[in-house]
Amino acid sequence: MAKQHVTTTVNGDQVEFLCTTEQTLLDVLRDELYLTGSKEGCASGDCGACSVMLDGRLVCACLVLGAEAEGRKVETIEGMAKGDVLHPLQQKFLEHAALQCGICTPGVLIAAKALLEKKPDPTETEVRYWLAGNLCRCTGYDKIVRAVMDAAAVMRTA
Amino acid sequence: MRSAIRRMEQSAISRHNAQIDQEEKALEMDYRTPGTASEAAALLAANDGAFVLAGGTDLLVKLRAGFVAPRIVVDLKQIPRLRGIEHDARGWRIGAATACAEIGEHAAFLAAWPGVVEGLQLIGSTQIQGRATLGGNLCNASPAADSVPALIAAGAVCEVAGEGSEREVPVECIITGPGRTSLARGEFIMGFRLPDPQPRSGDAYLRFIPRTEMDIAVVGVGVALVLDAQGLCTHARVGLGAVAPTPLLVAEAAKALIGTRVDDAALKALAAAASAACKPIDDKRGTIAYRIKVAGVLARRSAKNALDRATKK
Amino acid sequence: MNDMTTPGLANKEMKIVGTRPLRPDGVDKVTGRAKFGADIHVPNMLIGRVLRSPHAHARIQSIDTSKAQALRGVKAVITCADFGDLPSEFIPAGEMMVNFRDMTRNVMAREKVLYEGHPVAAVAAVSEAIAAQALQLIEVQYEVLPHVMDVAKAMEPDAPLLHEDMYTIGVEPKPAKPSNIAKRVEFGFGNLEDGFAKADVIVEREFATQPVHQGYIEPHACLASVSEDGQSELWCTTQGQFIVRAFCAKLLGMEVSKLRVTASEIGGGFGGKTVVYLEPLALALSRKACQPVKMVMSRIEVFRATGPTSGAKIWVKVGATKDGRITAADALLKYQAGAFQGSPVQPGAMCAFAPYDLENVRIIGFDVVVNRPKVAAYRAPGGPISEFAVESVMDEIALKIGMDPVEFRLKNAAKEGTRAPYGPKLGPIGLVQTLEAARAHPHYQVPLKKNQGRGVASGFWFNIGGETCASLNVGEDGSIALVAGTPDIGGSRASLSMMAAEELGIPLERVRPIIGDTSSLGFNFLTGGSRVTFSSGMAVVEAARDIIRQLRTRAAKLWEVSAEEVEWADGHARLLGEGNTKSLSLAELAKTAGKTGGPIIGNAAINATGAGPSLATHVVDVEVDPETGKVTILRYTAIQDAGRAIHPSYVEGQMQGGAVQGIGWALNEEYIYDDKGRLQNAGFLDYRIPVCSDVPMIDTVIVEVPNPRHPYGVRGVGETPIVPPMGAIANAVSHATGVRFTELPMSPPRVLEAIDSKH
Repeated sequence: MAKQHVTTTVNGDQVEFLCTTEQTLLDVLRDELYLTGSKEGCASGDCGACSVMLDGRLVCACLVLGAEAEGRKVETIEGMAKGDVLHPLQQKFLEHAALQCGICTPGVLIAAKALLEKKPDPTETEVRYWLAGNLCRCTGYDKIVRAVMDAAAVMRTA
Repeated sequence: MRSAIRRMEQSAISRHNAQIDQEEKALEMDYRTPGTASEAAALLAANDGAFVLAGGTDLLVKLRAGFVAPRIVVDLKQIPRLRGIEHDARGWRIGAATACAEIGEHAAFLAAWPGVVEGLQLIGSTQIQGRATLGGNLCNASPAADSVPALIAAGAVCEVAGEGSEREVPVECIITGPGRTSLARGEFIMGFRLPDPQPRSGDAYLRFIPRTEMDIAVVGVGVALVLDAQGLCTHARVGLGAVAPTPLLVAEAAKALIGTRVDDAALKALAAAASAACKPIDDKRGTIAYRIKVAGVLARRSAKNALDRATKK
Repeated sequence: MNDMTTPGLANKEMKIVGTRPLRPDGVDKVTGRAKFGADIHVPNMLIGRVLRSPHAHARIQSIDTSKAQALRGVKAVITCADFGDLPSEFIPAGEMMVNFRDMTRNVMAREKVLYEGHPVAAVAAVSEAIAAQALQLIEVQYEVLPHVMDVAKAMEPDAPLLHEDMYTIGVEPKPAKPSNIAKRVEFGFGNLEDGFAKADVIVEREFATQPVHQGYIEPHACLASVSEDGQSELWCTTQGQFIVRAFCAKLLGMEVSKLRVTASEIGGGFGGKTVVYLEPLALALSRKACQPVKMVMSRIEVFRATGPTSGAKIWVKVGATKDGRITAADALLKYQAGAFQGSPVQPGAMCAFAPYDLENVRIIGFDVVVNRPKVAAYRAPGGPISEFAVESVMDEIALKIGMDPVEFRLKNAAKEGTRAPYGPKLGPIGLVQTLEAARAHPHYQVPLKKNQGRGVASGFWFNIGGETCASLNVGEDGSIALVAGTPDIGGSRASLSMMAAEELGIPLERVRPIIGDTSSLGFNFLTGGSRVTFSSGMAVVEAARDIIRQLRTRAAKLWEVSAEEVEWADGHARLLGEGNTKSLSLAELAKTAGKTGGPIIGNAAINATGAGPSLATHVVDVEVDPETGKVTILRYTAIQDAGRAIHPSYVEGQMQGGAVQGIGWALNEEYIYDDKGRLQNAGFLDYRIPVCSDVPMIDTVIVEVPNPRHPYGVRGVGETPIVPPMGAIANAVSHATGVRFTELPMSPPRVLEAIDSKH
């Protein structure tokens, strides 16, 4: 099967890959680039475990074709910490025990980061509705929401 | 003897594999990114099994589930006329492939048509908002599409492009049945036109879902209305979603408002007219009786919201 | 060996236990580095896919795989012919019973397919696309049979029969005819007739619940590699690598020691990953292809073919006196098992009335097969279903006699010494404390508005112990490598290393925990039954004490005294006796270990007993939209006895997560089948688990009534939190609307219909 050659930027690095048209950006990240931090929970855009940033917009990587990444900028969980310094959200998720199994965590973190970039001082309701597309079956969301609010507070004073 | 059988088997297998090669070629899916509308129309017209890709939030799900097997996917997002929000002498124009998140962030458009924005912002999660488009939501032709009742109520018109043609079509004339549209082969939607709202006008959209987010509408109601200086309703349009094979423009419901002060009696009449217009089905998302009743409830609540907005303008 | 009781220790001043340190696996989880089931790629790897039945019930007439086999890129095709048949025998596996005759048929259909999604064949190919194509080339001839989905219908004499050889167990004499009723169980004591005769008020109700799925976000996934000489490796997402090894070895006719199973990080399980689905198929494919085979389920497959918990029909009758004393309690439970016997009706029956101190009680239960996926454990399996019904009836009785529902429960609460309906006398338990905490909580005093209601319910779960091993390996620098054999599903590496550090008296950072594969430890029962912090914790403490004994001996050797003259305190060996100041730290002793007798390893291999039941009381406020029937959760408080909270944040997390799963169960989660028995909502779009905006913060109160049978007083906490929510919410919705709700889920159409029929 003929494959598409795609050049794109992932977490600041230029990368190239070959993909079939059917392969989604998530398939490409996981199976071609071995960036397995983005997870597949549903492949239908209903769980948010594959949340990534595409040209600065929060999207589900399972609903983007790999071929669509040509010339664009992709940001994944693997690019969130800078060197050995965790992003405040990552740090607050650990402090608040905002994860149990951790499968939804990369997607939740990417989504929460997108929120705080747009709204540095969100209300609890805003956090809850923004994250409605990120399913978590372990935590009941309580500690996730608290961690996001706390990280927002820290980032505002930073 | 034995090796003869093996040879026969092998030749059968190689014949089979040759056939598979053919099938593989047939299954190969092409991805194209035309830069102009005419190029896109030509691609769509010339190819059997051509599918339009805008935000991909419906197409990729169907693709993955094996419900569709496109031969060619035509990504419209590289065509400049399909992107962005503009205002001109005729009012507002929204490119059909503009992401809903982008529309929601447009303060002036939100102020003009808050009900339309309410509808399109209910399409899926934040993540879906980053990709989903008005053109896609309409052409997916789901009876439950959240942006459509509010667009119908607002009197939005589609710019439809085809091979060597362009025409304008009211939103309510696009969907002809679940998954079916009135677009001809090669045609696609380039943009949506909405007028500037009149003084003392307001629009609103409400939907019912079992959860607070992430569900498909069980019922959706868009209402747009205009008041005169005395507070009498002079113009109204009501769009209903998820209660019939297509989203509906309900003239009887609008009539219940026109000439009234949108008081309790008018709202009651509106609710009755909205319920009467429903031709729903029983499915995993709701029952016939439930949809009929809730359509009336939401029509009333949506009209109240529209009225509040109209009296504040 | 087993007696780990340490009276008084639970009250000892703790340095680490009870604090909230960062979890040791945390950074990997927030950076995307953690490797879950589907996150692994190996050289020469094939992709495996499963062909599944489109029918709910059909006889397999033939399977022709020749075309798939011939497709280029296909390396192996398997059907039931690749698995030997196994005899029918029941083997206890934690909270469920296992029958390998059924298991081999569930992983790959033999004579019949018994539910939509039942595997009939599997392929391994060089790519996903070719594997998918190969599935389409497999020709299966079916004789479609009538099917039955409903538990009551399945019990009727003329119902379609799933298993021609199933005769109800537990009835005398043995039935003459086979049926779909696999088993009858009965518990209780006293005299019901006398009890009901003494009652001033009797409430009798029927209830119905739907099957609900565990809904873990990570689909099942594994990677198997069988070499030409039969040495096998299996990587998979599971709650028990040793159980997977045991099951797969049996299904494939292998020696257990030839199969090494490594548990990946696990993306949620809640009981659903205690059984095997893909694992034996991947091994069989790999054995045939002599290449590694990776298999990952789609979300649709997870819903169609993996076990939810039972749907059920329940009847409950309770009598009480006007002053609030229960005189008799009777219940009948009919639980769906899915396609093969083994519903959790037994534990459901055992704990139905367990929060109460009763004189006259009876529970009868039936285990019934239907054409749905075989049920799997789900968080307190069986308990939430029966206790939903019981807690609803208790609420109604309290209402009828005009007593506060917390007061009514306090009057009848089980406590230490109460005889449980399933037989034994209970040890110390914390139900009374949770009820008192509920009554004292500010939540309980907040006034309610129109269309709002408050509900209360309590819940009981046994918790289990079981076979457990742990190793503590002392490094040359005195740091500790902790190896546990129970997959960490929600932070147990944190709690286990905290107990190790507390016991050894060293900083937590000096303990690095891992979850070992099946070759690194002796047998461990799985992560389930809320047993990990209890059992693996007990093993870790024992291993630590083993190390301390050795360290004292080493220090004694260096000081040329007897070991009895050396004590271990604050991470140091100290020479006992007035005026002695000699002291050696763990690090110092580790450095010289080569000279004092060689490496130091602490081991424990135990069968943990004495898991104490954990009880909870939940309080919830709801608002019901009278025009749409939609229920909004306004406020929620979960109160539970944790025995001793090792890491309180993760205890709270269990309580909050369980409560929200319960909210989903109560309000929206259900399976919707068409008239042909095909699932209509096999995805997260229409199988509606709670999203972030659906719920408020979940307040928690941890009550600590130490479990005397654990060195740190631990009780399991993971399962109990899903027991009370359905009853509490049903009670709240009933009070908000004035209509008693007896069917789950209380979805908007159902609630609206009930409200409308009231008028």
